[in-house]
Amino acid sequence: MTDRRPPPARKKARFKPFDFLMFGILIAGMIYIVYRVDQVLVYHWEWHTVFEYVVRRDETGALVPNVLLTGLMSTLRLAFWGTIAAAIIGLVTGLCRTSSNLFLRSVARLYVELIRNIPPLVFIFVFYFFISGQIMPVLGIDAFVRSASPESVAVVELLFSPIGLFSNFLAGVICLSLFEGAYISEIVRAGIQSIDKGQWEAARAIGLSRFNVLRDVILPQAIRKILPPLAGQFITLVKDSAIVSLISIQELTYVATEVAATTTRVFETWIVVGFLYFAVCYSLALLFGRLEKKMQTGRR
Amino acid sequence: MNDTNPMLEMRGVGKWYGDFCALYDVNLKLQRAERMVICGPSGSGKSTVIRCVNRLEEHQAGQILLDGVELTEDTRNIERVRREVGMVFQHFNLFPHLSILDNLTLGPIRNLKMPKKEARELALHYLERVRIAEQAGKYPGEMSGGQQQRVAIARALCMKPKVMLFDEPTSALDPEMISGVLDVMVELAGDGMTMICVTHEMGFAREVADTMVFMDRGEIVEVGPPSEFFNNPTSDRARLFLSQILSHH
Repeated sequence: MTDRRPPPARKKARFKPFDFLMFGILIAGMIYIVYRVDQVLVYHWEWHTVFEYVVRRDETGALVPNVLLTGLMSTLRLAFWGTIAAAIIGLVTGLCRTSSNLFLRSVARLYVELIRNIPPLVFIFVFYFFISGQIMPVLGIDAFVRSASPESVAVVELLFSPIGLFSNFLAGVICLSLFEGAYISEIVRAGIQSIDKGQWEAARAIGLSRFNVLRDVILPQAIRKILPPLAGQFITLVKDSAIVSLISIQELTYVATEVAATTTRVFETWIVVGFLYFAVCYSLALLFGRLEKKMQTGRR
Repeated sequence: MNDTNPMLEMRGVGKWYGDFCALYDVNLKLQRAERMVICGPSGSGKSTVIRCVNRLEEHQAGQILLDGVELTEDTRNIERVRREVGMVFQHFNLFPHLSILDNLTLGPIRNLKMPKKEARELALHYLERVRIAEQAGKYPGEMSGGQQQRVAIARALCMKPKVMLFDEPTSALDPEMISGVLDVMVELAGDGMTMICVTHEMGFAREVADTMVFMDRGEIVEVGPPSEFFNNPTSDRARLFLSQILSHH
């Protein structure tokens, strides 16, 4: 060894001729399938019919969003409130599961096990028909809707849903967040438990209360570790929001079912809807990816 | 509390992990400004003793009195005691997500409700004393073990503790880092800090200890000034221990 300079850097991974050959085969395979479908199904594609349900021209000729886009907006609102509520439920029950209090621990465990071991579909039916029917009147939602001033109607419609469907929307958000909250709860618990015992001890040794230990020492470190699975769960929440279409919440999947039925353009409708979901979820994935990178810079 | 009270008193303290007896009938008195070094073979309960003092471990028999106040199960009592007792761990246990400065100011800001500016000044003062004031903006992961341990000492000092506990503070360090940490501890002892150190650094013990405590199998076997302990240990167990750890020095 006479040279203190590092050896040349390894070449970046790139596609080799063989890879291009494989890509070629894949593409050829796909073209063949499309060709077969075209020949065998003798399906007459009519994309414009479906696109008109995404955006349409009104009487003045201006482009306005049609039902599929408003359905997408409903999905986004549902997912937005669902995410917030699920995060709160997940955080609280996740903390409960690491608590030293046996009662809190058991209740949180019961909640998580109950949700995780029932199919979402069944849970939503049970919740909707037996609970939401009883709880909504108690909360006075319908009374609020009937007596709401025009201003509050405008606010509700902007943030949540058409006023007439508000209690329905609320039931959907509660369903969705209770369901996803159980999974987030598990992620939070695992995150907290992954933090070294020494961190608890050091934080307690300087006299911090349990609340401060969690807020200042444990959770900030846990969040960094659980961000990837948490992001995955939030994206799952967006996709799972399709299930609440079953209880007549007029989000994207519900609207799509109707569009497919009225136009009979089944393939086009669902392909468009699939693309819309993909666009939303993939943007979220990119966003979380950046957030993750940002959180890692500068620290250990 | 009056000044004639011992700073710390342990009366018949016992502690079990299931069937295993970790501490048995531990009696200790620590006066103000006294420097005590606890040594003994691994598993002898020496760390457990000091962890009971700030209740990271709960004792199951006997009494522990800190400055005349007994440690009880009451959370307020525990948190108050912890604020008066500084602890330094073998593995430093700095908060990796916080800068060095924030590691130090967290305790004073949260517990003593100290204004941020004042806490900052206090932190810089102690960082100066452990000789790393210029690194206040760094994160723990960017420092050497020796530097991290000195930060950990400064963090404990920021709570202005009455007693400092050291749990094998140099055992996890590379050899060349040890003296820097020991220097800080010697200085602290010189300033009249009341302290208990669990350590295998016998040179340090000879230099600063007022009292040597030797433990084995959860019991205190010998207590005495270092001159007696090192030159004429009374028990066979202490003699054996000393011959084992001093044979390579």
